[in-house]
Amino acid sequence: MELTTVWFVLIAVLWTGYFVLEGFDFGVGVLLPFLAGDEAERRLVYRAIGPVWDGNEVWLLVAGGATFAAFPEWYATLFSGFYLPLFLILLALIARGVALEYRAKSDRTRAWDHAFFWGSLIPAFLWGVAFANIVRGVPLDADHEYTGTLLTLLNPYALLGGVATLTLFTFHGAVFLALRTVGELRAGATRLALQAGLASVLAGGAFLLLTQLDGGRTATWITAGIATAGLLAALVATRAGRDGLAFTATATAIVAVTATLFGNLWPDVMPALDPANSLTVVNAASTPYTLGVMTWVAAIFTPVVLLYQGWTYWVFRKRLTNDPLEKAISP
Amino acid sequence: MDVLDLSRWQFGITTVYHFLFVPLTIGLSLVVAGLQTAWYRTKKPAYLRLTRFWGRLFLINFAMGVVTGIVQEFQFGMNWSEYSRFVGDVFGAPLAMEGLIAFFLESTFLGLWIFGWDKLPPRVHLATIWLASIGTALSAYFILAANSWMQHPVGYRINPVTHRAELTDIWAVLTNSTTLVTFPHVIFGAFVTAGAFVAGISAWQIARRRDVAMFRTSLRLAMVVGLVAAGGVALSGHWQAQIMTEQQPMKMAAAEALWQDESSAGFSLFAIGDVENGRNRVNLQVPNGLSVLATNTLDGRVEGINDIQARYLALYGAGDYRPVIGLAYWSFRLMIGFGFLAGLLSLAGLWLTRRGRTPASPWFTRVAVAGIALPFLANSLGWVFTEMGRQPWTVFGVMRTAAAVSPGADVPEVAISLVGFTLVYAVLAAIEVRLLLKFIRLGPEPDPGAETPAEPLPALSY
Ligand code: HDD
Ligand code: HEM
Ligand code: HEM
Repeated sequence: MELTTVWFVLIAVLWTGYFVLEGFDFGVGVLLPFLAGDEAERRLVYRAIGPVWDGNEVWLLVAGGATFAAFPEWYATLFSGFYLPLFLILLALIARGVALEYRAKSDRTRAWDHAFFWGSLIPAFLWGVAFANIVRGVPLDADHEYTGTLLTLLNPYALLGGVATLTLFTFHGAVFLALRTVGELRAGATRLALQAGLASVLAGGAFLLLTQLDGGRTATWITAGIATAGLLAALVATRAGRDGLAFTATATAIVAVTATLFGNLWPDVMPALDPANSLTVVNAASTPYTLGVMTWVAAIFTPVVLLYQGWTYWVFRKRLTNDPLEKAISP
Repeated sequence: MDVLDLSRWQFGITTVYHFLFVPLTIGLSLVVAGLQTAWYRTKKPAYLRLTRFWGRLFLINFAMGVVTGIVQEFQFGMNWSEYSRFVGDVFGAPLAMEGLIAFFLESTFLGLWIFGWDKLPPRVHLATIWLASIGTALSAYFILAANSWMQHPVGYRINPVTHRAELTDIWAVLTNSTTLVTFPHVIFGAFVTAGAFVAGISAWQIARRRDVAMFRTSLRLAMVVGLVAAGGVALSGHWQAQIMTEQQPMKMAAAEALWQDESSAGFSLFAIGDVENGRNRVNLQVPNGLSVLATNTLDGRVEGINDIQARYLALYGAGDYRPVIGLAYWSFRLMIGFGFLAGLLSLAGLWLTRRGRTPASPWFTRVAVAGIALPFLANSLGWVFTEMGRQPWTVFGVMRTAAAVSPGADVPEVAISLVGFTLVYAVLAAIEVRLLLKFIRLGPEPDPGAETPAEPLPALSY
């Protein structure tokens, strides 16, 4: 395989990791106001992602850094072109990160709950808007500079993409919470999972269909099918109370959705409305030397990271509970 | 103001702000790891209480370092897209390595440390804070390698067709002489910061008669760390100055308001410059000081601003190659001054607390608390000097700052983000300081006895 293809795949993998992992973090934040009643329950909701959220967010930072190293033109065009949405995402991530760390230490817990909610909802929506635009193509000039405005990005298809990721992550987060809790909290999460799941099947299904009709390939029709099947399976598993299965299914759906988007993108990385100006894996890439160096670094360190992050989930695998007698329950 | 000015302000503000938290994270993580190791070895409850007290303050600070760091990762693309296109091939590599090798390590193991008190065996739990601490130092290394490349580009060539920088030797970038001297300087600076922070707060607790014996331990520990690190900062700074004289003579000349090439140059203590005419009105000097700092000899030759400007005109074509002289001059002086003062305070404190003494004077407390500000000022001024002294270049000798800015960005959007970040950062600063004060006032948890508490106190986790 060409090194440029390897790096295209690696960057797709990094975004997939980010969406699968921080996806449920976002979902948990969006669900907080609808779910947790008293303070003890709220704390439990925060604790469900407490040990892992920062590690999950690093997937985004590495995706950004890897794009810079492997496809500098893509990094430059994307983040300068999508300036204001990215600015909003950054503000949201700031508010959310601080809320997660400061809530329990401060007296104004309610204010932090708001920050956590909006800080989760905004990026969950805007990442969908951004990726829909990337796949659909944006106006670029011959220097690969973005020439549109903010409104160009807020087209109906992209907004649908935003709703799709928002509902998908919410579903994923609800299933995650059901998996991590017991009793009333788990029942509430299950109930919300069914609602979010339904919304996600509708919005996600419509978005995937439009995407496929526009630029689908055989391979991505398959991944889109897997994504839809995953969402439906997750609904069924949730109803059956099979939390582990449901979580595997929503995670699979997110992997398949990301694969569909990147699958349709290749060999472009940012298609332009005028195809002559498109950024491709070839004209956006770094030199083979840089790609080679980075391939070695990735080959050595990615497995290590997966090992210790996996171990973290193992350490915190027990269901959370406020009742000391139920402490021993594990999934 | 145009997009360039706004982008420069935004980069300067957000980066200096990020770097308020960074040194404390780097330094304090090691202090906490050391204290927890002492507890693990001796099982003395005082060490556990200290670990958890400083650990909590460390976490409050760490959160700010993380969220402001996220902005940094994307700013190159947002505001400096031409820069990103031009250098991505070289500059992106250390940035990506930082994420993969350092950020994953620190964030994952810190999560384990915060929530793992009752879930991990004590040895493993101790290892998690060490790994997180190592992660912060690794992160500093990679980002400084990236920054050093902008100060002194190595291991690259300019592609004649695309006119972009291309990496030819990653090893040269990672072992850039500039990186090798900057890294110890920044790390020692981080320890000066942590030392002053711990010492100031310990002195305050002692004045309140809270756990006096225990805070005396952390006070002395912090002052030893601060003193040794201040020595390290001075030595590495001296070494840096020599490298800088060689690689960026204009920066050294500006730092010293040295207008003409000079042998046996003096180190300026106070100068009033006349930039228009390229001379000083007043200049108070330590004889031969600059020659020693820059070349290690009494009579070494140091280049002056006017002469370098003339040489650069021939080398790079028309343009003003002088940074803002007053800013370079004063930031350099004050960095060194505040750094030295922090070291002196540690020395004086160690003297005053020698052989079991505990100073009772309110002045001791006041000075120790005020001293916390010194390393923060020195760090920020150090960066203002390093980055502003490099101007008009963004990559020295290769790319000018004016050519680096995003051509597509417009004034309203950059103005919105500049104002937005600044406001949010100001609010966050107020929140974080209040939170720090709250937990400093609360003091350590009550003595739990020799056992680990069964349940972590809510304040350390959620
Ligand atoms: C000398 C050290 C140093 C310097 C010059 C910088 N940083 Fe930094 N950064 C750190 C040392 C550090 C750290 C000590 O590793 C931090 C501070 C708090 C923390 O969580 O890690 C960190 C956090 C941090 C994070 C969040 C990591 C996480 O979520 O765990 C990002 C994305 C960046 N930084 C990126 C940058 C960029 C792009 C910089 C250049 C403009 C930069 N930093 C300057
Ligand atoms: C290693 C990481 C860093 C990189 C890659 C970096 C890069 C840059 C870039 C691209 C600019 C804007 C262009 C320019 O004005 O020259 C800049 C300016 C600046 N940076 Fe850095 N910088 C880094 C670290 C820091 C740190 C840690 C600080 C301080 C805490 C800092 C302080 C500044 C200041 C004060 C400016 C001047 C703003 C201006 O006049 O443009 N930098 N740097
Ligand atoms: C005796 C004292 C000191 C000397 C001689 C000294 C010297 C220097 C020099 C020459 C540079 C510029 C390097 C370059 O631009 O290439 C520098 C940068 C810097 N200094 Fe210092 N310094 C001293 C004290 C301190 C202290 C106490 C701190 C903080 C606690 C500090 C923090 C910094 C920082 C953050 C930078 C910018 C990063 C870098 O390029 O290293 N310095 N210092």
